[in-house]
Amino acid sequence: MGVDILVESLNAWYGTTHTLQDINLRIPANHATALIGPSGCGKSTFVRCLNRMHETNPDARATGMVRMGEIDIYKDASPVEIRRRVGMVFQRPNPFPTMSIYDNVISGLKLNGFRNRRILDETVERSLKQAALWEEVKDDLKKKSGASLSGGQQQRLCIARAVAVDPEVLLMDEPASALDPVSTSKIEDLIFHLKAQYTIVIVTHNMQQAARVAENTGFFLSGKMVEFDSTHKIFTNPRDKRTEDYITGRFG
Amino acid sequence: MTSASVTNTTPATPQRPPLRHSRSNGMRRSFMDAFVVGLATLATLLVIAPLVAILGYLLYKGASSLNLAFFTHIPAPVGEPGGGMANSIVGSGIVLLLASFMGVPVGIAAGVYLAEFGRGKALAAAVRFTADVLNGVPSIVMGISVYALVVLKQKHFSALAGGIALAIMMVPTITRTTEEMLLIVPNAVREAALGLGVPKWRTALSISLRTASPGIITGCMLAFARVAGETAPLLFTAFGNQFWNFHLNEPIAALPLQIFIYAISPYDEWHRLAWAGALVLILLIMVSVTLVRIFAGRGILKGNS
Repeated sequence: MGVDILVESLNAWYGTTHTLQDINLRIPANHATALIGPSGCGKSTFVRCLNRMHETNPDARATGMVRMGEIDIYKDASPVEIRRRVGMVFQRPNPFPTMSIYDNVISGLKLNGFRNRRILDETVERSLKQAALWEEVKDDLKKKSGASLSGGQQQRLCIARAVAVDPEVLLMDEPASALDPVSTSKIEDLIFHLKAQYTIVIVTHNMQQAARVAENTGFFLSGKMVEFDSTHKIFTNPRDKRTEDYITGRFG
Repeated sequence: MTSASVTNTTPATPQRPPLRHSRSNGMRRSFMDAFVVGLATLATLLVIAPLVAILGYLLYKGASSLNLAFFTHIPAPVGEPGGGMANSIVGSGIVLLLASFMGVPVGIAAGVYLAEFGRGKALAAAVRFTADVLNGVPSIVMGISVYALVVLKQKHFSALAGGIALAIMMVPTITRTTEEMLLIVPNAVREAALGLGVPKWRTALSISLRTASPGIITGCMLAFARVAGETAPLLFTAFGNQFWNFHLNEPIAALPLQIFIYAISPYDEWHRLAWAGALVLILLIMVSVTLVRIFAGRGILKGNS
């Protein structure tokens, strides 16, 4: 099951650039939350702070509090533990090129030392079904490499890989921006189903996509969160002039 | 359908100003094309020519002296006909295995440090500089150094000392290729693993290193092939031996050493054996490189751990 995410006065830097400035928001469990905003506004940095991937960059740092359910992810746990509970899907599909489809899906379990054959087999089937990829690949699970799939299939493989470790939160950083419309709509359907089990945070440049998949939407602009509300409110009656300008395409 | 598309596209073409001297330009282009392709082909032939020439000459000079005895007998005493290089072939194998067991892990580990953990660190810069300098150290200097550091301490020549000398020569090549190959691995692949909660060391070893392994294996093979023919580092370390030896702590025969001894000898019979030895040395390097390539390539294509 998903958990609530509570963010309080989160700040992030790359070197001396203050990328995120005092972000406060509450992301409800088992809902999809979309983050929109122009390029470079800090929305990717924000999701990378939610699984502590931000700090893998040598001159990046972050301060503030991020609480997931009971734990403060910057105080109560190591980055490795957090990343096991918070799955991430990246902008470009990034399956492990040397691994088969099967090994890609269970890579998170296997690399953390899990070896029980029967459970691994079950996990592969369950995760690929969750990612709506099972029917397309079930016959060459171990024959084909993950890199041999099409772009849209690779991205669904990455989603299967992320859900295979049974996370509570799923972060998606523009998961469909490198995909064609058919694959995009498959991914969107998927997000719709997955939020029953996970808290989903999705960064997107595509406002129709935000409107289609997310209950809540946050609008970011130059490192600050301008507005956070229900998606319906943001798109029909935003409080802030800048939000309105952005969603009506008056700047960007 | 087709006529429509033709009428749609044709009007655009005549509006473009015609290229001046388009005919002679076309001839010049095809001439340049042929010229550059010709140059590249010539260069390729120049690269292959020495290899073919050396192999051909070795076959011509050495093949006639190759017989079963060459592979099964140890060198005959001066004046006696026959004899072979069985002990040198096995000795070379032992010394090279020793060198690989020491040099390959150290070289790869150092390369992993440079690419995965040491980015921007002073120690990494120092290691990189040392590796580059070490790569340029003449092999005879390597031999003397190991002589001073190992042979004098042990008070005798040994296969082990030979292996150490060759291992040190392998390390810089392997380190630098490992680093280069790891840097080619896209960061997205590393992030995918880190994002799954895989610790950094595990990501480096199981993901980055494995993704880069074809290139790293090639680097190891290059280093192996390079030291396989080295004579100078073995002169005062492995020393050579006219008899069988399987003890790592005693002087051991090696093909390049035996070739050297036979080649500077005054006897025609020994000269012929030296040629045969050189041929066998080259063939063994080719066979071992090919074997590793087939063997390693198979493991990677399967994609199973």
